[in-house]
Amino acid sequence: MTSLLTRRPAGAAPGAEPPGRRRRNAIHASEGRWGYLFLTPWLIGLVILTAGPMLVSLYYSFTDFSLLSSANWIGLDNYERMFTEDDRFLSSVAVTLTYVFVSVPLQLAFALLVAVLLNRAMRGVSAYRALYYLPSLLGGSVAIAVLWRQVFGREGVVNVVLRGLGWENPPTWIADPDFALWTLILLRVWEFGSPMVIFLAGLRQVPAEYYEAAHVDGATALQRFFKITLPIITPVIFLNAILQLIGAFQAFNSAFIVSGGTGGPSDSTLFYTLYIYIEGFTSFRMGYASALAWVLLAIIALFTAINFALSRFWVHYEDGGR
Amino acid sequence: MSTLTAPTSRGPAAGDRRQPPTNRSRSGGQWMRRIPIQLLVAAGALAMIYPVLWMASSSLKPDSEIFSGSANLLPETFRWENYAEGWNGLREPFETFYLNSFIISALAVAGNLLTCSMAAYAFARLRFRMRALWFAVMLGTIMLPYHATLIPQYTLFYELGWVNSFLPLTVPKFLATDAFFIFLFVQFIRGIPKELDQAAQIDGAGPLRIYTTIIFPLLRPALVTGAIFTTIWTYNDFFSQLIYISDTALYTVPLALRMFLDTTGESAWGPMLAMSTLSLLPLVVMFVLFQRQIVEGISTTGLKG
Repeated sequence: MTSLLTRRPAGAAPGAEPPGRRRRNAIHASEGRWGYLFLTPWLIGLVILTAGPMLVSLYYSFTDFSLLSSANWIGLDNYERMFTEDDRFLSSVAVTLTYVFVSVPLQLAFALLVAVLLNRAMRGVSAYRALYYLPSLLGGSVAIAVLWRQVFGREGVVNVVLRGLGWENPPTWIADPDFALWTLILLRVWEFGSPMVIFLAGLRQVPAEYYEAAHVDGATALQRFFKITLPIITPVIFLNAILQLIGAFQAFNSAFIVSGGTGGPSDSTLFYTLYIYIEGFTSFRMGYASALAWVLLAIIALFTAINFALSRFWVHYEDGGR
Repeated sequence: MSTLTAPTSRGPAAGDRRQPPTNRSRSGGQWMRRIPIQLLVAAGALAMIYPVLWMASSSLKPDSEIFSGSANLLPETFRWENYAEGWNGLREPFETFYLNSFIISALAVAGNLLTCSMAAYAFARLRFRMRALWFAVMLGTIMLPYHATLIPQYTLFYELGWVNSFLPLTVPKFLATDAFFIFLFVQFIRGIPKELDQAAQIDGAGPLRIYTTIIFPLLRPALVTGAIFTTIWTYNDFFSQLIYISDTALYTVPLALRMFLDTTGESAWGPMLAMSTLSLLPLVVMFVLFQRQIVEGISTTGLKG
C-alpha cells in the first residue's frame, strides 16, 4: 500500500507530469473512504451477523440461556454435562463420525472412479456426465429425502422388491436402528456428482505427454492410473476431501426428514446438527445448544487441521509445493 | 444436456493411444474393449438416475400400485389426480409455497449480487487501510459453519420481531454474508484490465462511476454464476426456513413438503411424491439452462452444487 503514490496510470510518461496530478492524488486520498463505503454492507454484516453472534454464542455456551428466560452464568456446566451425563450427545457424535467417515471416502472413491471412466472420448459422454452429476444437485433437497423415506420404508419399494425375490422378512431400514444410518450414508454417497466434476477438471490438467511416455514404456491402464493420474491429482483429492468433510459434518435435511425430526429410531440417525436443533429449537435450551455448536466447530476444525497436517505426506504438488 | 465440458485435446484422449493404428487387429481389439466400459457407464448412469425416474413415475401411480411392488417405470394406470390433490393438499395451495420460495430466492439473489460485488470491488481495486486484514477475515468466514452464529442470530431476529417473516432469510444477503461470492467476484475483477479503470479515472470518473459503468457490467459472467448458485442454495435451503417460518401462508416449498409428510404423507404417497417431483423441476430446469455455468462454478471454485 505504500507504492500508491509512485504508481502511474499505464501510458503516462514518467517525468512529464500531467497537470492532473494533484487531482489524481486527491482521488487516491479519497480512495480509502470509497473503499470503506463499498465495504459498508459487508462490514455491518460482519459485526452484526457474524463476529458479534460468535462472541455472544460463546458467552451463551457458559450460561443456561433459553429464549424464555434470561441467561445465568453457569461456567463450564454445559460442557461438563455434555461429556459426563448426556448420552444423546455421545450418540450424536458417534452417529456423525460414522456418517462422515464412511460416506466421504466412499463418495470420493466413486467420484474419482466415475471421473476417470468419463474422462475420455466416448459417445454421449457429456450426457453421462450430466446424469452422474444430477443427483448431487437434487440430493440435498427435502423432496429426495421424502423419496428416501418411501423407498426405504417398511412397505417401501426396496422391501417390496426384496419380498418379491423371496426374502420374507427384510429389514425395515429406516425403522431399524441397525440400518437407518446406512440409508442416509447411501444417500450421501449417491451425491458424488460435485466432487466428480472437480475431479474431471483436475484430470484435464494431467499433461498428455506423461501418458504418451508411459505408453511408449508399455505401462498398463492400471499402472498409468496409479503411477501418473493418482499422484498428479492428489491436490484435487485433498481439496475434495476438505470440502466434503466440512459439508458432511453439517448435514441435516436427510436425517431430519427421514427420521421425522427425531433422529430416531433409538437415536440412530441423530446427526449432531439435528441434536443442536432439537436442544435449541424444540427444547429451547439455547445455552446448551450454543455449547454444542462450539464443540461442533472444534470437531470440524480438528479434523480439517488433521487433514492439512496429513496432506504433507500424500499430497503431491507438481511445482514442488505452493 | 449436451455441453458438459467437452473433452479437450489435452487429457482424455491422450491415454487412449492416438497413434496411427499400425496393427489392424489391435485397433479392432481396442474397439471391442471399449464396449464394456461404455456399457458399464451407461448402466451406472441409469442406476444413478433411477430413483428420480422412479419417483416421477410413482407420482402418477395410485397408491396401491406404488405398494404393489412394481419397480416398473411405466405406470399401469395414470393417476393425474395425484398432482391436483397434492397441489391443494394443505391449508394453502402450492402456488403460495412456490411464490414464497421464488420471492425469497429473488431477494437473496439481488442482495448477494449487489453487496458481494460492492465488497469485491473494494477488495480488488480500491486501496484503504487494513485491506489485507479485512480480506483475510472475509476468507476466514467462508468456511465458518453457520452453527457458530445460529443461536444469537436467532435471538437477534426474535428481539427485532422478524421471526415468522422473510426478513431473517433475506436481509442478511444484503449484508454480503455469503462471503464465498465476494471471493468469486474478487477473482473475476482481478482479471478485468486495470487500464479500463484508469482510462475512466483520467476522464474524471470516481470509484462509484467506475463500479457502476465498468466493473459491474463486466462482472456479468460471475454475477450469473452467483445468481445461479444463490438460487439453488436458497431454493434447496431447509434449515433456516424451518427455524424462522411457522405460518403456513409463509411456507416455502421444502417446508410445505415436510408438512405434507407429517400430516398426510404416509397415507397419500401418490400426491406426496407428485409434489416432491414437481419441486425438483425448477432445479432440473436451471441445470438444463445453465449447465455450463454450474459445472464451471463447481470445478473452478469448489462451489457445492
